[in-house]
Amino acid sequence: MLSNTEKELIIQIWDKMLPVAEEIGSEALLRMFTTFPKTKTYFSHLDISPRSEHLCCHGKKIVQALAEGARNISTLTTTLAPLSRFHAYQLRIHPTNFKLFNHCILVTLACHMGDNFTPVAHAAIDKFLSAFSAVLAEKFR
Amino acid sequence: MVEWTDAERKAIKAVWEKINVDATGAQALARCLIVYPWTQRYFGSFGSLSDAAAIMGNKKVAAHGKVVINGLALAAKNMDNIKSTYAPLSVLHSEKLHVDPDNFRLLGDCVTIVVASQLGRAFTPDVQAAWQKFLAVAVSALGKQYH
Repeated sequence: MLSNTEKELIIQIWDKMLPVAEEIGSEALLRMFTTFPKTKTYFSHLDISPRSEHLCCHGKKIVQALAEGARNISTLTTTLAPLSRFHAYQLRIHPTNFKLFNHCILVTLACHMGDNFTPVAHAAIDKFLSAFSAVLAEKFR
Repeated sequence: MVEWTDAERKAIKAVWEKINVDATGAQALARCLIVYPWTQRYFGSFGSLSDAAAIMGNKKVAAHGKVVINGLALAAKNMDNIKSTYAPLSVLHSEKLHVDPDNFRLLGDCVTIVVASQLGRAFTPDVQAAWQKFLAVAVSALGKQYH
């Protein structure tokens, strides 16, 4: 459940992250691969070494999708339908991995925003990421 | 027995030396109560937890946060036998406090976020991995005596 204040906060934060989407996205991915090595099993087809082109490109795509979701929170299911199908039928990621990645996004935001990543912002983004992942995992079964 | 590499020991020690320990504890506990409101169930005697501002200004939350972080510091000082060091604490959380151990991980995540916001770039992916391994061991030890 997101209040209007939280929805605005979420949009504000992702708007700030869009210009540095590559940096934020690739850092979150790298944190996930380093802290939870099993997540690398989904990327055997890519070069995910630090600062690799694949990592940057993939990180950018993810942040852009998150920013898009932030601007369409009330219609997440429709907005994310193609991504949802992709994750269900092609990627088939074990659902627990969404939580691991979400956590690494939060850590990345905390590192970049410092004190500006207030507890209220943290709660809002965490709820948003949970809702986003739920839509991505919706068609899994 | 948990195996720690020299790099991991060094990274974890460096984090403890860099952070403001008491502030980290207070902020982490407040964050946990705000981000995961069901955890408030264990703090009925703490007074007002009605909103984020109340929680962040609550002196009992701050004081208890310090207790919790110093408990973690104890694990950091006994990295080669966290399980036995934490046995009495585990019994306490199970038998007396009746805390669902799944909540330990959530508080651990909040500690990580607070540490990240303090250290910024210095909290590299490698440091994060070592730090989270340490927290995972502490969380596991805290849940060991539940039956």
